[in-house]
Amino acid sequence: MPDLGIDVLFKGTNAKRLLEGLWVSVRISLISVAISLTLGVVVGILMTKRQKAIRILTRGYLEIVRFMPQMVLLFIVFFGTTRVFGWNLDAEFAAVVVFSFWGVAEMADLTRGALISIPKHQYESAEALGFSGRQTYFLIIVPQTVRRLIPLSINLITRMIKTTSLVMMIGVVEVLKVGQQIIEANRKSSPNAAFGVYATVFVLYFLVCWPISLFAKHLEKKWAVE
Amino acid sequence: MAVIELEQVNKTYSGGNGDVHALKNVSLSVEEGEIFGVIGLSGAGKSTLVRCINLLERPESGQIRIEGREIRSLSERELRLERQNIAMIFQQFNLLMQRTVLDNVCFPLEIAGLRKKEARKQALVYLKTVGLEDKAKAYPVQLSGGQQQRVAIARALASHPRIILCDEATSALDPQTTKNILELLRKVNREYHISIVIITHEMRVITEICDRVAVLHHGKVAEIGPVEEVFTNPKTKVARRLLLIRESEALEDEITENEEQAETSHTKEHESKSLRVIEGGAHAAN
Repeated sequence: MPDLGIDVLFKGTNAKRLLEGLWVSVRISLISVAISLTLGVVVGILMTKRQKAIRILTRGYLEIVRFMPQMVLLFIVFFGTTRVFGWNLDAEFAAVVVFSFWGVAEMADLTRGALISIPKHQYESAEALGFSGRQTYFLIIVPQTVRRLIPLSINLITRMIKTTSLVMMIGVVEVLKVGQQIIEANRKSSPNAAFGVYATVFVLYFLVCWPISLFAKHLEKKWAVE
Repeated sequence: MAVIELEQVNKTYSGGNGDVHALKNVSLSVEEGEIFGVIGLSGAGKSTLVRCINLLERPESGQIRIEGREIRSLSERELRLERQNIAMIFQQFNLLMQRTVLDNVCFPLEIAGLRKKEARKQALVYLKTVGLEDKAKAYPVQLSGGQQQRVAIARALASHPRIILCDEATSALDPQTTKNILELLRKVNREYHISIVIITHEMRVITEICDRVAVLHHGKVAEIGPVEEVFTNPKTKVARRLLLIRESEALEDEITENEEQAETSHTKEHESKSLRVIEGGAHAAN
């Protein structure tokens, strides 16, 4: 059997260091996801409003996020602000800012889509039954929106988690960076470590995202309409 | 006494391609206890008309009186109370998919301030009226279209309305189910003495249960009167055109009946599907 280079994981505290790196990734993701989901819903509701100023503003924001690679955003926020404003941002903080900036926009767009996909006759029906505007919104429209939103937002969450691997580019030592360090340090003693370590990183990401995806499937099945 | 009176009602939508004058000086009245039909080709303003009766759409001018009371000047709160008096059922049934049949009927009652227990008791009474008391615990997805519309009717009845507005309530149903729903509406009309306004593009609905009919054309009332009178002696082009549609509908029913006999071995589900296909095709031909 070929040497898969898994042995390095059992040297010293390597396994523990990888898990610590994973925690950094998960921590950045969790904070960004929490911010994205809550703020995103609010911005999404704003996006359905008719005011022109709000429309142009949110539309512009969404387009910027859509076309700007996350890495460029990271560089602008981390390196760019240091040069221009002299800010000395913590790398992890910069990462949270960028991922939230991205996540809020995507979540807002999902929310907007889910809200406008509720047909007009749902509003009419509720009003005809004597519901007030507020009751219609919170008792009829929002519950249906949430159902449509959960599978979509879970997809966003897993995308955000795996994209956090980019933050090593601004010097955050997360799981992938730790893996690289381990490989470098053992270049002589186990030259095949690249395979073993990256495979382990893959498994770790998988173990984080898989349960989330399963949860989404479960909800979709539970709420299946038709 | 007239239960609904519209007087010189105008409604315009302003859109990208200029204004659409959906209703032009529409005046009509619906007598207490009658079943009043409004028919017209698509785009005639039927949906707008029915939405003006409970102010889902607000007209620019004109008067709308429900049991003698002008409702355009009511406050939001008063209007909400009034709307419990004017129930409405829709083409799409509009049940809440995440709630059971019973909860769907109870929900508006609870919103209106009824205790849960009392709401349930009432809801069950009306589910019995529509013949679905055994489906109380089921979810809407488990019901057929006709059954879902029955739930919607039970929900409408539960707030003790004096008027029911039907917006293309049978347009998503096959001819046999349409017949059953219309029978139920007639029963509701007689037993609870509820006045009914039916908006439809199907002549069979008008001839089946309506007492009087208004023919709407390009936002105007083209003809109005007892169903027999309007269609035995049509004065306008559009009424004559609707008569032709009735003929084709009758033919269509005949064809579907023959098909039913020919395909008795098929499951009911399959049949109703094929009926819908035929119906859809015939409408496209119209």
